[in-house]
Amino acid sequence: MRRPTPLKNLDRELAGFHGRLKVGAVFVAILATLLLARGFYLQITQHDYYTGRAESNRISQVPIAPNRGLILDSKGRVLAENYSAYTLEVTRGHIGNLETTLTKVGKLIEITPGQLRRFRRLLAESHEFETVPLKSKLSDEEVAILAANRYRLPGIEVKARLFRNYQAGHGMAHVVGFIGRINDRDLKRLREAGREENYQGGAHIGKTGLEQSYETLLHGRTGFDQMETDSSGRAVRVLSRIPPVPGKDLRLYLDRDLQEVAEHVFGEYLGGLVALDPNTGGVLALVSKPGFDPNLFVDGIDPETWKSLNESPDRPMVNRVLRGIYPPGSTIKPFMALAGLELGLRKPSDAINDPGYYSLPRSSHQYRDWKKGGHGVVDLSKSIAQSCDVYYYRLAVDMGIDRMHDYLAQFGLGEKSGIDLDGESAGLLPSREWKQRRFKQPWYPGETVIAGIGQGFHLTTPLQLAVATAMIANGGKRIEPRLVQSVRDPLTRAWQAQPVATRKQLAIDPDNLAAVRAGMMAVMQPGGTASRAAAGAAYTIAGKTGTAQVVGIKQGARYDAGSLARKHRDHALFIAYAPVENPTIAIAVMVENGEHGGSTAAPMARAVMDYYLTGKRPGNMNLGAIDATE
Amino acid sequence: MPQNSHWILRRLGHLDGILLTLVVVLLGVSLAMVASASGQSPARISGHLINIGLALSVMVVMANVPPHILSKVGPPLYVAGVTLLIGVALFGEIRNGARRWLNLGFAFQPSELLKLALPLMLAWYFQRNEGGLRGKHFWVGGALLLVPFLLILRQPDLGTALMIGASGFYLLFFAGLSWKVIAGGGALAGASLPLVWILMHDYQQRRVLTLLDPTSDPLGDGYHIIQSTIAIGSGGLFGKGWMQGTQNQLDFVPERTTDFIYAVFGEEFGYVGTILLVGLYLAIVARGLVIAARAPTLFGRLMAATLSLNLFTYAFVNMGMVSGILPVVGVPLPLMSYGGTAFITLLLGVGIIMSVATHRQLNKT
Repeated sequence: MRRPTPLKNLDRELAGFHGRLKVGAVFVAILATLLLARGFYLQITQHDYYTGRAESNRISQVPIAPNRGLILDSKGRVLAENYSAYTLEVTRGHIGNLETTLTKVGKLIEITPGQLRRFRRLLAESHEFETVPLKSKLSDEEVAILAANRYRLPGIEVKARLFRNYQAGHGMAHVVGFIGRINDRDLKRLREAGREENYQGGAHIGKTGLEQSYETLLHGRTGFDQMETDSSGRAVRVLSRIPPVPGKDLRLYLDRDLQEVAEHVFGEYLGGLVALDPNTGGVLALVSKPGFDPNLFVDGIDPETWKSLNESPDRPMVNRVLRGIYPPGSTIKPFMALAGLELGLRKPSDAINDPGYYSLPRSSHQYRDWKKGGHGVVDLSKSIAQSCDVYYYRLAVDMGIDRMHDYLAQFGLGEKSGIDLDGESAGLLPSREWKQRRFKQPWYPGETVIAGIGQGFHLTTPLQLAVATAMIANGGKRIEPRLVQSVRDPLTRAWQAQPVATRKQLAIDPDNLAAVRAGMMAVMQPGGTASRAAAGAAYTIAGKTGTAQVVGIKQGARYDAGSLARKHRDHALFIAYAPVENPTIAIAVMVENGEHGGSTAAPMARAVMDYYLTGKRPGNMNLGAIDATE
Repeated sequence: MPQNSHWILRRLGHLDGILLTLVVVLLGVSLAMVASASGQSPARISGHLINIGLALSVMVVMANVPPHILSKVGPPLYVAGVTLLIGVALFGEIRNGARRWLNLGFAFQPSELLKLALPLMLAWYFQRNEGGLRGKHFWVGGALLLVPFLLILRQPDLGTALMIGASGFYLLFFAGLSWKVIAGGGALAGASLPLVWILMHDYQQRRVLTLLDPTSDPLGDGYHIIQSTIAIGSGGLFGKGWMQGTQNQLDFVPERTTDFIYAVFGEEFGYVGTILLVGLYLAIVARGLVIAARAPTLFGRLMAATLSLNLFTYAFVNMGMVSGILPVVGVPLPLMSYGGTAFITLLLGVGIIMSVATHRQLNKT
């Protein structure tokens, strides 16, 4: 093969090279086109999408928790208020070893075992990047120590937080309630209500009492700062701000002094007392004994304390006025008497002879009167004044359970009163239909007999008794109890009265009503079951005593307080209103194991009415010392 | 060309005015971008100025070295580079799981040396055999390419190996490598892709997967790509303005003075900026190819064409990576990214192109 001359080769190589340069140029052009196409896609086609991504990268919404509304008593005194305090908070996701960190912190400031237990419980319930309080209400010195050692403690922060203080403590716990940290259940409820967003930035929510039932008003609206943040989440500057709207303040009908009196009169007794304004339904006092310190719950209660409260046999967490259900006993008699008159079964003057017992026709079973030997000749007034059982055994049988149920239901028995607190019990107003449904059994005549004196299946709350009593006082107006009288707008600072809620007006013959009222007044006069409790009153009182059995008494046996352990003794009941001519207060008292309405419950109601109507503060209560008459 | 440019060119000797202008414009843009990306850090800006000054000096010196002398440097530089690579394989320091560094009193990456040594060596070889190039010369050229390529590949440093492999391939291509071989090699490479995948290291595989779906690892490998594409895309047509890019200024774009500087540029100057930047690189390459076309020697032709194409390849790989069409490999944006070594290597290359452009007389070796 002939080798080409180098020079010819050079020319050919040069020509080839120029060809290759063109190919190279085309190759470069292709690469450039790819880059420009990609740039076009990102910067033109997808521009809006990436702008959105960049904005959400840089802008973060920082919620600002609103100030919670205050709760004030009728005279404007603070029952629940806010204060700001420094809290030591831990973010688990940001600390290294939890135990080492806790030991380090423990060397710097004092952490009590209770705080540690509470912290561990909260930690177990929290997410990894949630901050959990280790110690609240740090002293200035503690804040300084922690600030100086901050660099050694990553994931540990000192933060200013809003807290809630309940000055009145135990006495108001069942009215005001308390706030607590938002838990998963609260969160689920908020989410379902679409209010979750409003709770960003805040850790608390009303758990019980007014704090719970007026949560939406008290909480206010969360504000937001639009912050520009860098990639590590540090705020660079505030772009815009939606200020938070503080919660609304609540003013109650309740008077703190009256509440203190009502709490004081219980002494060592447990039970519940509720006083209503019979005209408006405003709650003047609401006591459930024992109480508890609501401040314990504000920033998470430690498990030991919670256990002791929750498992105490005295059940301090139960609001007895709303949730305590007891047989109404003899307190039902004025309503039975009114039913008898209104249904035309009795006239006020109709009298029976009470031999001390009652038997149904063709039965030898004796339904005994509480008074051995009976009350003799008894008309309507005396039946109420002396609480004659036999009068009502007969009346009940004449009335029958169906009419009894229907009439008493109009007084709100067996139905929630509609008070502005959550968790109320409906109690139980027995009926033929209810028994069939509940027990799949017919109604027996004997059950009607004892229903006539408020025993048997009957269950009422003190609140229901107070509402029913108010109806006798106000002439049949079915009021709904209300704690909150008015609400203040945080911006205008103007108080706006809450509407008075009346469910319906019962039409009652004035003569019949007067007869029953006279009977209830007679209760408070010599010969009546609560006459001692009314002695020396500067105003007129209408009342009725009652007893709710705790243990059943066997046929043929007699109730003997002395032989019973205290916790098995009867509960004492008393309902009353005053002044009779122009009632301004209606009261229901239930004293657990108080035995006699006249000797324990009535003096308590008297002391409360005294203070409310005359301003006289009670001295030492000498309860139970008065002779037992019922 | 303005009057004062002529003056500068005369004083500095063998410089190509067009190329110099283009490079200086690009360096100006680079300075502005480093200033913006570093948050106007005085240390970064002055460091960058020093790098630019140093690299420009090296370029001027290089431009004044005649090509026939340059070509003689090829073989010793190549031998030294390959020796050092073997040294790395035997005694190299391991950092981040790769054996790339050699401790010569200072940490040194011999693979950087090969970026110029390999083209120089190949160009020298083909120049020597000018006029009689046959198949065997390309086999030898291929072997000269494969030795450093494989040594760097097993460090492992896939990115650098491919870039150096590309520069060698460009040179063989411009020297007239047969299309049949190119087609065959391409087919072979395509067929061996699955095998390459199997041989890839975990982190390399992950990078490729992340490219295909950055959201699969948004806080790890995908984070870079996600944030840089957000930056570029949010720039829109005209960009957010110099120093106004939020992705940049608020620290969302990582490595933004170095490998990801194009994300900052794209965010602040938009698509218009992208077109101008790509245009600038194209102009540099075009000038380099024109110089190659006019070069009197095979060595000059091959070096100018290869180095030009190589520069654009770097730009393409970097911008492709930052805009999310290529996997993340540690390749800086040429003449833009902050960094001393890369700047010097690149301007050395530009200096060589200028030397080719300005030494028109035939200097046969």
